[in-house]
Amino acid sequence: MKRVVITGAGTINALGQNVPDTLEAMREGRCGIGPLEFQDVERLAIRIGGQVKGYEPTDRFNRQQLSLYDRFTQFTLIAAREAIGQSGLEFSGELAARSGVVLGNSGGGMTTLDENYRSVYEDGKNRVHPFVVPKLMNNAAASHLSMEFNLKGPSFTVSTACASSNHAMAQAFQMVHGGLTPVMITGGSESMLCFGGVKAWEGLRVMSKDGCRPFSANRNGMVQGEGAGIFVFEELDHAKRRGAVIMAEVAGFAMSSDAADIVMPSKNGAARAITGALQDARIAPAEVGYINAHGTGTAANDKTESAAVADVFEAHADRLMISSTKSMHGHLIGGTGAVELLACIMALRDGVVAPTIGYEEPDPECALDVVPNEAREADVQVALSNAFAFGGLNAVLALRRFA
Amino acid sequence: MDTSTKSIKHRVIEIIAEQAVLEPSDVTADSTLEDLGIDSLGLVESIFAIEEAFDISVPFNANAPEESDFDISSVASIVTGIEKLVAEQHK
Repeated sequence: MKRVVITGAGTINALGQNVPDTLEAMREGRCGIGPLEFQDVERLAIRIGGQVKGYEPTDRFNRQQLSLYDRFTQFTLIAAREAIGQSGLEFSGELAARSGVVLGNSGGGMTTLDENYRSVYEDGKNRVHPFVVPKLMNNAAASHLSMEFNLKGPSFTVSTACASSNHAMAQAFQMVHGGLTPVMITGGSESMLCFGGVKAWEGLRVMSKDGCRPFSANRNGMVQGEGAGIFVFEELDHAKRRGAVIMAEVAGFAMSSDAADIVMPSKNGAARAITGALQDARIAPAEVGYINAHGTGTAANDKTESAAVADVFEAHADRLMISSTKSMHGHLIGGTGAVELLACIMALRDGVVAPTIGYEEPDPECALDVVPNEAREADVQVALSNAFAFGGLNAVLALRRFA
Repeated sequence: MDTSTKSIKHRVIEIIAEQAVLEPSDVTADSTLEDLGIDSLGLVESIFAIEEAFDISVPFNANAPEESDFDISSVASIVTGIEKLVAEQHK
């Protein structure tokens, strides 16, 4: 089997509009969550989120492009330009024919839906823009990415709610690992921060009105974010031959389904995914130095995830570090695993573990080293990234430092 | 809308009974939601139905039920809470 490495990374999220700015914010434990700004926000009970601010679409895209690019597609392309630019790859001939793009996304073009529903229902208009459908479809981002970079290999979008990006990256890994293609572009994006998007989440009564405090005893729910994370997954020999800079190695993954409840998480399902990822990557539990937690800040997730980690790692659970960067960038739903993979890369490559900010009170049901409030320097050889979705669909990735 | 005390209790019990797939006569004041087989999703759905029925907003966060200034420990406590909210929000 082929070894798979990461040779490019890109992002835009509430912490920054590129990877260096995002990692700097994570190192400093900065919070990107603030008051939401969009039409009708005053009709919401939940008015905070990890919104991308100071972003002007017309600075990055022309008028024709914007008529086809929903916000989640815009975010994807911005992150992809950074990632592919960093990798130095250009896709033509045989490489273009084999390389593809697999992205995670949950809501599709929700802003487009929201704006057009408002137009026909509230404003009573009987005509919508001709590109509503190609703009809102979940695969629009993957398709535009393939068009912009000439990626002609296997390309599709994976939708598994909060685990979408991890499932997508696992697929991309598997394709390169199995020798199907030397390069895959992967990751995910989401943009649900519009009136209808937040209103729908509000209904479930799991959102916090005042902040995301994962693992803290006084946590009171999740906070939504938006943005994208995109990576270049490349076969090791291919990367070496062209002298690419390698950020980390993707060592393995596992997926599992709880087959239990549409919203409540399961310790067993989470533990099976973590154990499976270690086995797939041939990593001993004691080698794991850092876990980027799913860590949503809900009562149910954080205690279930802590219990799963304690079960899998036994005594080592007290020695490893686990943090939730959602405390800083919010929960990007279908894009969250992709942005969170950046924290794993930072831990492995830079030796800096991102903190769980907003941590105020220890919770005996989450008694792990959650790297409270301040980033920490550490020598991390192996990092895991957890994602446990609504619907009980779990995906865990294992990364190794590349030396 | 008739929001007298008697009708509030009656309507809340109807909503809870429907959620629990029981007859209203099977739902007593000291029943807990657990006794009635209503799980966390059923609770959230019941609160939504109550909000719609009385045109009120119920301050309930599923993450911190104990901190949500709304007591869900029994049918009686829910009825009391709803009566208070109706009185406050329909001034």
